[in-house]
Amino acid sequence: MTAQTTSVAPLLDVRNLTKHFPVRAGWFRAPTQVIRAVDGVSFTVADGETLALVGESGSGKTTAGRAILRLIEPTSGQVHFGGRDVRALNAASLRALRREMQIVFQDPYGSLNPRLTVGAAIREGLLVHQLAEGAAAEQRVRALLDEVGLRAEYATRYPHEFSGGQRQRIGIARALAVEPRFIVCDEPVSALDVSVQAQVVNLLRDLQRDRGLAYLFIAHDLAVVAHMADRVAVMYLGRIVELAPRAALFATPRMPYTQALLSAVPVPEPGRVRRRILLAGDPPSPANPPSGCVFHPRCSHPDRDAMCANVIPALEEKAPAHWVACHKVPAAAPPSLPSTLA
Amino acid sequence: MTSPLLSVHDLRVSFFTEAGPARAVDGVSFTVHAGETVALVGESGCGKTLTALSLLRLMPTGARLAPTSRVEFDGADILTMPERALRSLRGDRIAMIFQEPMTALNPVLTVGDQVAEVVRVHTALSGRDAWTRAVDMLALVGIPDAAARAQQYPHELSGGMRQRVMIAMALILEPALVIADEPTTALDVTIQAQILELLRAMRERSGMALLLITHDLGVVAEMASRVLVMYAGEVVEESPVELLFSAPGHPYTEGLLAAVPTLDTSRERLRTIPGTVPPPTDWPAGCRFRERCAHAWDRCASDAPPLVQLGPAHRVRCHLVQEPERRRT
Repeated sequence: MTAQTTSVAPLLDVRNLTKHFPVRAGWFRAPTQVIRAVDGVSFTVADGETLALVGESGSGKTTAGRAILRLIEPTSGQVHFGGRDVRALNAASLRALRREMQIVFQDPYGSLNPRLTVGAAIREGLLVHQLAEGAAAEQRVRALLDEVGLRAEYATRYPHEFSGGQRQRIGIARALAVEPRFIVCDEPVSALDVSVQAQVVNLLRDLQRDRGLAYLFIAHDLAVVAHMADRVAVMYLGRIVELAPRAALFATPRMPYTQALLSAVPVPEPGRVRRRILLAGDPPSPANPPSGCVFHPRCSHPDRDAMCANVIPALEEKAPAHWVACHKVPAAAPPSLPSTLA
Repeated sequence: MTSPLLSVHDLRVSFFTEAGPARAVDGVSFTVHAGETVALVGESGCGKTLTALSLLRLMPTGARLAPTSRVEFDGADILTMPERALRSLRGDRIAMIFQEPMTALNPVLTVGDQVAEVVRVHTALSGRDAWTRAVDMLALVGIPDAAARAQQYPHELSGGMRQRVMIAMALILEPALVIADEPTTALDVTIQAQILELLRAMRERSGMALLLITHDLGVVAEMASRVLVMYAGEVVEESPVELLFSAPGHPYTEGLLAAVPTLDTSRERLRTIPGTVPPPTDWPAGCRFRERCAHAWDRCASDAPPLVQLGPAHRVRCHLVQEPERRRT
């Protein structure tokens, strides 16, 4: 196994996932370039766990989330969910699997049908998957609204009557209706104001605790991730460059990109002096990624050399459960046993 | 004390909507001194952007300014001056940086032309000299290979580069006051760090005053010396930046600070403010925050609290200032 080894099979196991988008110069021309949006990504998500996928625009985090659900078809790679090969499923089996794998989108304005009442939107999944109908379905809708902190009477209203935070709660209720085990949360709080964002973050955590949900939490806001994730995978130009338990990633980031990313976050403490690593320029285009380590043109590591420019670094376990893709990060010595135990 | 560069007195902007009149900005007063950075913070719908736009009479159509509102810049009343005088002030002595440079820049002109145009309109410089100055300015704001980049169109540049162009346009005439409306909100965090660094460097260099409109308290802590917190069309707290973060006076400010997630991973629950911001057509009577406030009592429903002095340069719009024993712990 190349990724994290666990004794129990993970709920979601993603290996070497790639998604390349062809770019055409005209409608009838052959593709001239490919955008390597996701370029060989491997990770696992355990039952009840939150794995955060963080990165800046163009890092491929959203594409990766959608490719796992086959909302867009991956170019290559394997996706196993609960032991089933997701990429091998036909349309009917895929629909059945969607009962277990759901998604909550960033934009609570765009992801709800404006002509469906809130109740109808939530009921849809119940009917499609034949989980409940009639009065039983009504009952379930009311219970779901209550669970996400909305009044049951709201079932008869339309999306435009709600605020952004309330709409995001509706989106969450809709995803929960089919009782999934796993939800891809694609920037679920990015469009919300701070005070409302905190409410939704807490709601997602409560639901996880009560229902044992697993989340793939896609986000660009590292502070939100620090409150949500069990483990964090950092993406840059279509690749995972670091993957570690939350505490280790925030306390001892090892990959130079992760270090720069964390140092760039403005901290709400006036007067606090922090060492900031300012990256020069913009991220390169995923249509034409740099050779070797994708981060090398912007990297400030003192030992940066020709190897970085030519050889793609593999994601390696440099410390227990701490995976880093960098030639210059040494593997930590295996922890020696305390003398009292030896 | 010297007189302020910008002085805003009782700014009121309203709209007529189907649901009745909306008092979107409702009696906002503040000052900005030369060289000072003041942040205007608040959540969506609090009126902070409309306040900023009104300072330059750039309100959307349908917005009505109350006749008693005054905005004085260097002694001149912006709200009553003739359009011609205002046009020569905008871009020259007061400049504005918008959140989304893609919509603020002209898509059919090269970025060099747009920066040079500012120079040509406001100075006697000829086309060639204006262009040279534009290229110099683009280099100064950190655009690599500025001479070549100046020939490009906005869509050929990244979001961060476009924001640098906006900043070059705003600062090329060394304005005394720059109004920046969420200048880094649309940018990635590493690019945001570059742009904030650039704004700090330009502030050092030119001594400009900066009015920064933002929802991000991290950005406030890094950039501002004084802060105005807005809620439901009003300023609810005005404070020096250190004091705002260490001893907030208004329950809303306190709630906002507690709700901000930080990089601290100790994973305690985030504190929240219950409920949502009321719509501008329906501000509650009395204190506008009372329905979401843990300390509210009957006086909060009957009397609208005034902005009262809590300490030097610290003003708070809350009855708790006079009745601190009402605070619940």
